Amino acid sequence: MQFGIFTVSDVTTDPTTGRTPTEAERIKAMVAIALKAEEVGLDVFATGEHHNPPFVASSPTTMLGYIAARTERLILSTSTTLITTNDPVKIAEDFAMLQHLSDGRVDLMMGRGNTGPVYPWFGKDIRDGIPLAIENYSLLHRLWREPVVDWEGRFRTPLQGYTSTPAPLDGVPPFVWHGSIRSPEIAEQAAYYGDGFFANNIFWPKEHYQRLISLYRRRYAHYGHGLPEEAIVGLGGQVFMRKNSQDAIREFRPYFDNAPVYGHGPSLEEFMAETPLTVGSPDQVIERTLKFREYFGDYQRQLFLMDHAGLPLKTVLEQLDILGEEVVPVLRKEFAVGRPANVPDAPTHQSLLAKATAAVGV
Amino acid sequence: MKLAVVSAGLSQPSSTRLLADRLAAASAARLPGAEIEVIELRDLAVDIANNLVTGFPAAKLRRAVEAVTSADGLIAVTPIFTASYSGLFKSFFDVIENDALAGKPVLIAATGGTARHSLALEHALRPMFAYLRAIVVPTAVYAASEDWGAEGLPERVERAAGELAGLVGGARPVIQEDDEVVPFEQQLAALRP
Repeated sequence: MQFGIFTVSDVTTDPTTGRTPTEAERIKAMVAIALKAEEVGLDVFATGEHHNPPFVASSPTTMLGYIAARTERLILSTSTTLITTNDPVKIAEDFAMLQHLSDGRVDLMMGRGNTGPVYPWFGKDIRDGIPLAIENYSLLHRLWREPVVDWEGRFRTPLQGYTSTPAPLDGVPPFVWHGSIRSPEIAEQAAYYGDGFFANNIFWPKEHYQRLISLYRRRYAHYGHGLPEEAIVGLGGQVFMRKNSQDAIREFRPYFDNAPVYGHGPSLEEFMAETPLTVGSPDQVIERTLKFREYFGDYQRQLFLMDHAGLPLKTVLEQLDILGEEVVPVLRKEFAVGRPANVPDAPTHQSLLAKATAAVGV
Repeated sequence: MKLAVVSAGLSQPSSTRLLADRLAAASAARLPGAEIEVIELRDLAVDIANNLVTGFPAAKLRRAVEAVTSADGLIAVTPIFTASYSGLFKSFFDVIENDALAGKPVLIAATGGTARHSLALEHALRPMFAYLRAIVVPTAVYAASEDWGAEGLPERVERAAGELAGLVGGARPVIQEDDEVVPFEQQLAALRP
């Protein structure tokens, strides 16, 4: 099972000091956080993609390419890559390039984006969100698998005799996850292709995500990729830890109360009861995270949101130390207990290459 | 047979609730065995505000929303504030899915200090429920303070209740459930030029 972190790249004022980092500081902080993730033994770093303030992550492959050069093992991913407003031809090129530079340490997560004006800014219409996701991804899927593509669709100019370069490393396309907060169409899309499905699992009660994941598992089996429990599921999560849970709550409360997404609403205690947010001791985080398996079945990837709402870099790095040293090793051990043998690990470049080689051998 | 009654009155006792109860009793009298569930929005005010901020309902509000969406008919009563429904009343319907009330028979009613605001029912509530594709009964019942001591209100209550009872139990349009999905090939085919 893979563990990692995902960032939304928000530039947010620290409510305890009133200080707002510059964009340069925030970008460098994200890099420091990614390097720390590898140092403490995490498997994955994923960055969001946004095209409006207060976010800085508009160019994921530039950032991930830089991180790739400074890491050895870390898998570089996205949370998410906008399949609606990006040209799928450019996604194919950018991520194939990143895949070569990082020796295959790349996968990506498709998302539609939830910021209305981004669509018109990029020449698209938000009412076409789902059709854009479907058509663009079907083209991307072909560009990484067919040497020469002739294509015609509704949303971009046709392609005649187009070859995407570089071709995927070793002829193996990067593994793709599909992220969705509420659309069954996207769970269906992930199932159809046998791709992974990622539930952000942060903002809403678990019952909501249970419905989407069980739909994805059922349809994954329907399309003949394996049994429902063999489908590739990723989950988000959100934690803040200190040795004593009361210290964690005291320290995190001002960040929670002022957080851009849910601040000035329910209390921290109410939000913890209703959503998977856990603020407390490492043991409490372990206990709560292990419960995800009961709710969603054995799964392949757990990403935590650690660096948002104005938390200072120093604090985030301390959190990653706790995550890497005290939490993830226990989670790895406990999640392995009773995990059925047929439940696969998350696909990696190596595993996909081995599978492709075996298929050719047959 | 279930009737949900939403009352957005804020005071205790509330004339909005009084009107809601009369409408509920008159409707129930025509629908033997009907269960009545009253939802007082005042008790849910903080949860409604939190839902606007977080995007999901806390447990108590979720149960209230389910009571409304699963009912066979709805009686919705608000005080008129500043020439329209109260903000709390609107916010409650804002946090319900847009298609969750489609085809549902709804009786709309309102209270106010003066009869001059009575057409707010027609200018504000009826279009809102029309947007939600609910079926609003023709008679909307408005009770100004003076109506509680005058003739006419009981007749309007009875007429509206009769109209609601006549609609409840009719066929409802089928709403697509969340976990039903259009097969992917079909979605893809719809995009082919």
